[in-house]
Formats: sequence, C-alpha cells, structure tokens
Amino acid sequence: MSEAFGFIVSALSLGSMYALMALGLVLIYGILKLVNFAYGELIMVAGYTLYLLNGSPLPWLVMGFCAILAAIVASVLTEYIAFRPIRDKSLTAMLITSFAVSTLFQNAALLLISPRSRVVPLPDIFSQSIAVGNVLIQMRDIMAVVVTFVLLGALTLLLNRTVLGIALRAAADNMRMTRMLGVPANLLISMAFAISGLLAGTVALFWLGRTASVTPGIGLEPLIVAFVATVLGGLNSLVGAVVGGYVLALMTVGINTFLPQDLVDYRQAFTFALVILVLLFRPEGLISSKIGTGNRP
Amino acid sequence: MLELRDIHARYGAVRVLHGISLEVRQGELVAIVGANGAGKSTTLSAVTGVVKPNAGEIVFKGEPIAGLPPEAIVRKGIAMVPENRDIFSALTVEQNLRLGAYIRRDRGEYLRDLDEMFALFPILADRRTQAAGTMSGGEQQQLAIARALMSHPQLLILDEPSLGLSPKLVEQVFALVQRLHGQGMTILLVEQNVAQALNIADRAYLIRMGRVEAAGTPQELRRTVDVESAYLGAAMADAAIGRESMK
Repeated sequence: MSEAFGFIVSALSLGSMYALMALGLVLIYGILKLVNFAYGELIMVAGYTLYLLNGSPLPWLVMGFCAILAAIVASVLTEYIAFRPIRDKSLTAMLITSFAVSTLFQNAALLLISPRSRVVPLPDIFSQSIAVGNVLIQMRDIMAVVVTFVLLGALTLLLNRTVLGIALRAAADNMRMTRMLGVPANLLISMAFAISGLLAGTVALFWLGRTASVTPGIGLEPLIVAFVATVLGGLNSLVGAVVGGYVLALMTVGINTFLPQDLVDYRQAFTFALVILVLLFRPEGLISSKIGTGNRP
Repeated sequence: MLELRDIHARYGAVRVLHGISLEVRQGELVAIVGANGAGKSTTLSAVTGVVKPNAGEIVFKGEPIAGLPPEAIVRKGIAMVPENRDIFSALTVEQNLRLGAYIRRDRGEYLRDLDEMFALFPILADRRTQAAGTMSGGEQQQLAIARALMSHPQLLILDEPSLGLSPKLVEQVFALVQRLHGQGMTILLVEQNVAQALNIADRAYLIRMGRVEAAGTPQELRRTVDVESAYLGAAMADAAIGRESMK
C-alpha cells in the first residue's frame, strides 16, 4: 500500500516538473508557432544564479526567487533581442535562432564559469523525508507537486479571468484578429515569454534539487522531456501539455519500477517506444487542438 | 472620414492593388463590390493595418494612418468584421466580447455595452458562457459584429458578412447592417453579393484587378457598367469551386 503511495508521489512530482516545462513550451508555440529550443537554458540560468548567490547571507527563499527572476529576465530578453527583430521574416529563421541562443548561453556558461558542475545551495527541507509505512517520501517531491498545483491554478485564473490572459488564448488561436481588436502583439509575446520563464525557473529549483548541482548542459534533458510531453499531449493545447507531462512521467516512473533489473539501462528506449505507440493511435496528441483554429473554411 | 489615395499593395511578389482611391464620408454606407481576387479584401487589409501599402495615402479623420500596426488602427476608431468572421472559437461568447472592448478601459461602460449587445443580439445572451466555436455560422456572424461594435467604432468595416450563410441568414445580416446604418454608423462593406449590397449602399465602388473600375451611387453604377458581367468572373469561379467540391 505504501509502495503504491510512493509510486504515485514519484510520478506526480516528476510529472509536475514535466508539465510545467511543457506548458512553457506550448505557451510560446501557441503564440509564435515557434518551438523555443533555447528554453532549457533558462533552467541553466536559474541554476547559475543560485550558484552565484551561494554563500551570500540571503535566506534560501530569496535566492530561489532571484533564480526564478533571472529565468524570467533571460526569457524576456531572449525574445526582445533575438526573436523580435526576425519575427516577421520566417519561422525557420526563428527556429535556427533559438538553437543559436541555446548554444550562446551554454558557451557563455562554459567560458565564464566552468565546464565542470557547480554546487547550488538548497534548503534543508529538500533533503528531508517522511516515512509512510515502510517507504520514505522526499519532502522535495511533495513540494514540487504542491507548488505546481498552485502555479497551475494561478495560471488557469489568469487565462480565464483576466483580459490579458484571455487575449493570450485568443492570440494563440488567431494573432492577426487579436491585434485588430487592439491588443499589442509585443505585449502578448513578452507576457508569454515571461510566464514561460517563470515556469522554467520554478522547475529549475526542483530539477537542480535532485543533484544539487548545475552544468552548462543541464537544460538539454528537461527541454527534450518537455518537447516529448507536448507532442504527446498535443502541441496546440495547454491542457494537453499538462496531461502530456503527467502521462510521460507516469510512463517513466512505471518503467523504472516494473522493468526487470537487467533491462533498466534501456528504460529510455521503452519510454520512447510507448510514446511512439500512443502517437500511432493519436497522431494529434492525447488532447486534440482546443485553442486551434476552429472556424476556418 | 476615410480616404484612400492611390494605394498600391502586394502580397509577397504578387501586386494586388494598382492605385486604389476611394472615400467614405461620415454616416455613409459605402460598398465595395467586385469579383474574387479583384483586391477587395486587400484594400481592407491596407486600411486595418494588416497589409502595409507600398505607396499611397490612407487618411482617417484628417490623420494619415497608412503603415500603422493593426492594434493602433482600432484605437483610431476603425473596427473590422473579417471574412470568415475569425471569432475565437475556444473562448466563450462573453470572452470574445470582452476582447472586443479591449481598448476601452472603463469597467462600468463595458458592462453597459455588454447589456446593449445582448439586447441587440438576444441569441448571444443565451450563449453567453458557451464556447463560441460551438455556435452556428449565423450566430458566429452576429458575435463577430457585436465584438466589433464593442470597441465603439466610428467606422465599421465588414468583409463579406454574407459569406457561407443560408439565404435567410443573409437577409438578416443585410437587415442588421441597414439598421446600424440607420442609427448613424458609418459603414464600409465588401460584398460579392452585388445585388444585395447595391440595394442598401449609399455609394459603391466596383473594383477589378486591383483598380477602381467604376464609382457612384448604386443607380449610377447599375446604369454605367454591366455590374453583373463584372461579377461574372466571381460567379464562374464560384461555380468551378462548387463543381470541384462536388467531386
């Protein structure tokens, strides 16, 4: 029984990180039709911010907020400096730019800090755990789930109740029409990148919390995971991104738990095989377009 | 109120407009008619800022507006009901209307306008919390018009409002346009439904291959040009499309 509880908490906590990452990716995709491959580097930026603040007299919570803020600033600036000037040119140009930005961030970290991993400060509660029956549950996992649920709730309110949130959803459906109603494109895009940065920064705290260290290439795995989760859930749906994140985590944790010991090394292959299987039957993703264009002839 | 002077525009490499000049005066209902691909929608896109003209001037209330982005144009007082309606299908009816009022900041005024729209379009009140995409074509057209009115425009532009609607609904839409005009709204209407458009317009422009071919009152237009033959290109194209989709 308690094993089952442990399994659920693991899947939920991993799924929470996947879901937030995927959501950040889909928000940008919805509004710009750009898969932002520089997105993983936001985790790196948050990580190095924590590293640089290490040893400062600030309480950890303040450091955490600074890290999230750094991710937001990096995200918004990336859009302003790299994507905005070429936005009207072509989608391919933006896609390639996102690779360039990703490389630039990684090389900056290699050059300015170090290719070797650096220790990030973590709060004590991250290393604590509570016993449920004979299973130890990490406090960090519970916190990841709670923080994610709070963020998802806040985001839902924002997107359904505020004018700018509604405009953001409208722009994902039809940017041209949204602008014709007077909503400035730049405002919406900056906002999408800010939210995307907030999500990545928050994920960073928990992602780095697993190893307590940061490397220049740390962003790659969460990026790939987020990308797979969005494809799984449906690239045009915010709900799909969240569902995709949790389903992917469930598959991953399930395979880790139930795969025979000598096959564990191949767990990624099994995960991706499962993803391919799902997409064979639902090529549009689990949740088909909710914000897509419904009224075209 | 609105004046286009010698507007040239292109879509990519294709030149679509070769010097369009037209005028809409305060309180007028002006129709632009012409065949498919004549440049009617591009003309409107130039006015709403979606397409930047290569040359020419667009003046609205004495102010040049050519080249301004769409979000700035609507603030000048020009609202658009686009072809295909372009309602936000995942949003509720009320959220669509809320965005229509985006440039208006007063909450109290917004609520009053909302009630006014629900009085004008009762079906929208019934569908208030429903996703707009689940409504019928006619209902979506009403929503698109109501959404445009929420910005309190001085000039209302309608691009093919009768497109894809049943004959009965077409009647209703034209009656509505006429009613808005009767209340003093200045309207620029683009239509392929030439006969109906000429019936309600004060003046009309016939556009052909990116140029103004004829202009005047509906009577003058009917007298000086064979409007039906100018329109025939579109009718034949439509028929061809119809045959194509029958296969």
